[in-house]
Amino acid sequence: MGPVTSPAPMEIERTESAEEVFAVPEPDVPWVTIVHNDPVNLMSYVTYVFQSYFGYSKDKATKLMLDVHHKGRAVVSSGTREEMERDVQAMHGYGLWATLQHDRK
Amino acid sequence: MPGTFEPLPGGGAAVALDDVEISIIRSLAVQMMELIGPGPAEDASADPLADLFADGPSEPPSDPVLRRLFPDAYGDPDGTPGAKEAEEQKAHSAEFRRYTENDLRAGKRDNALAVIRSLDALSPAGEGGAVLELSPDDSRKWLGALNDLRLAIGARLEISDEDDSDLLFHLPDQDPRKPMVMAYLWLGGLQETLVSTLMP
Repeated sequence: MGPVTSPAPMEIERTESAEEVFAVPEPDVPWVTIVHNDPVNLMSYVTYVFQSYFGYSKDKATKLMLDVHHKGRAVVSSGTREEMERDVQAMHGYGLWATLQHDRK
Repeated sequence: MPGTFEPLPGGGAAVALDDVEISIIRSLAVQMMELIGPGPAEDASADPLADLFADGPSEPPSDPVLRRLFPDAYGDPDGTPGAKEAEEQKAHSAEFRRYTENDLRAGKRDNALAVIRSLDALSPAGEGGAVLELSPDDSRKWLGALNDLRLAIGARLEISDEDDSDLLFHLPDQDPRKPMVMAYLWLGGLQETLVSTLMP
């Protein structure tokens, strides 16, 4: 996952175009890890988890945390199913409520 | 300042705790360990390798606190899946549980144990209190443990949205839930200041 200021915008948009092209889940359609809002976890703690586990910048981690808080959920990572299961397990370890699913919506 | 973690020069964090606070945190951490349950090793299996490959549970825990600590990995909480999809999500969640829940339980047990050990190692600092000093590694374990304790209390108090917490924070003094709410808020303050010492 590149920094927000990455000079390669194609990388960032690839996920979105992929999900439009493939209606039916296929082996190389990415999976995503979704973190859901809950009223107990502190906003600062959620930001800390996104920074320390995923290595995201403070800006990116804060934006994801705010998405979780205001929209009820945020996609925090994408990749193979195995990778996403690892991320979901890590999120559960931190006490965040996370699930994984096919990136098809 | 009491109830507030401060960063230590060179890493780690410190907080002044009085005897009552120490005993509350310790007692909550012990309850957490009892709730999470013993590790596979304590089942005293004859073959130590068997523990390594022991399957975890496949069904979600019945206790609401444990269900919050070990949620299903598959399934959309806002979605209305068809019967087939729901069945598939249940099967995937069960499989995920079988090979992750033992490790997750062990991690949470380790964090709670680190809390108990650091409190037991405290030497009195006069006037019925002590200053707890944590290494960066112990700070991270404390952070996880404090979060688990707040999740546990939150589940017991049935806090499921922001309105619930607003309601609980304005309970009359005679409400039986009041002490638990006070502990919840106090632990939140500890966690908030501890996380600020760890922010990269």
